[in-house]
Amino acid sequence: MSNNRVSRRQFLNYTLTGVGGFMAAGMLMPMVRFAIDPALQTKAEGQFIQTSQKIDEITDVPVKVDFTFEQVDAWYKSDVTEAAWVYRDGDTVIALSPVCKHLGCTVNWEGDSAHPNQFFCACHAGRYEKSGKNVAGTPPLGPLDEYEVSEKDGFLMLGKKIPNTLV
Amino acid sequence: MLNKIYDWVDERLDITPIWRDIADHEVPEHVNPAHHFSAFVYCFGGLTFFITVIQILSGMFLTMYYVPDVVNAWKSVYYLQNEVAFGEIVRGMHHWGASLVIVMMFLHTLRVFFTGSYKKPRELNWIVGVGIFCVMLGLGFTGYLLPWDMKAVFATKVGIQIAASVPFIGELIKILLAGDATILGAQTLTRFFAIHVFFLPAVLFALLAAHFIMIRRQGISGPL
Repeated sequence: MSNNRVSRRQFLNYTLTGVGGFMAAGMLMPMVRFAIDPALQTKAEGQFIQTSQKIDEITDVPVKVDFTFEQVDAWYKSDVTEAAWVYRDGDTVIALSPVCKHLGCTVNWEGDSAHPNQFFCACHAGRYEKSGKNVAGTPPLGPLDEYEVSEKDGFLMLGKKIPNTLV
Repeated sequence: MLNKIYDWVDERLDITPIWRDIADHEVPEHVNPAHHFSAFVYCFGGLTFFITVIQILSGMFLTMYYVPDVVNAWKSVYYLQNEVAFGEIVRGMHHWGASLVIVMMFLHTLRVFFTGSYKKPRELNWIVGVGIFCVMLGLGFTGYLLPWDMKAVFATKVGIQIAASVPFIGELIKILLAGDATILGAQTLTRFFAIHVFFLPAVLFALLAAHFIMIRRQGISGPL
């Protein structure tokens, strides 16, 4: 033991702070964990979603393919329609996400007549090449995301979004 | 470290007198359970406040998930209780705490009554205390509807019916509470939510402040 005797006042201070802190933590821990739950919830792996696009009708010109799936948003379930730009590159089918990598607007194929053969975002004139590669000097900082692609009974199936693999 | 930060602020703003004035005061012997164990009856006021703090905190967190809407209210409560981590605990704190507040407040009232602490010069504080009692009952009544289950709806139906039995203005009170002359529905729920989380807490804070300021002004009443 050291020579520093703990005074009665110090002892009470430490004990009360300790007990008080323990009680406060016991009260706050469930509430804080409750509040940060969205950041810690693990979402189930995305499944492939059926589209109405026939595989053999896909050409080398990108077409917009809409697909609908049931989205579970906590207590609210709804059918959400999203889209992909789909084209054929040799033997493979490419499906690109239409979400601009600048600030999340929607891009269109040849959306600007001054720039043929490019995706165009109307919000801030962002442009992408056919592969999804962002054109240098326009706002986007990365290439368009890609969808995993599959086939079922001749129809196109789209999986989860992955970073662009073509660029 | 903490001491240095405190000293730095205190040197500039002289904050010591502020918290000393609030926290640093003698506890008289007759209210200290260490001297007379029976003095624990003096704890009920503080316990009421402690549970009120828990109610405020857990309520704030519950509104992160709750929606006051006839379609989604029950579903959001179900979701936060069964799908969110510790949802059962946080909702449980608010649910059981609500009853406990009433119990503690009642015991506090009994203590004040039987020690005669409401007598001159403390009559005003008794009146404010009765105001707090009414606000707490209002919070209990409005909060009961929010989960929007059968129990909640029928309890509110009965409660509004009782309010409607007031002579002359009963019908008006009923319409103002329910938001509609005949339906107990969408407007009732949003009204009860607004009253429960904004209006009554605001009144409660004002009354609690008055309650505590008066205690500091007048001190704790003397021994029996």
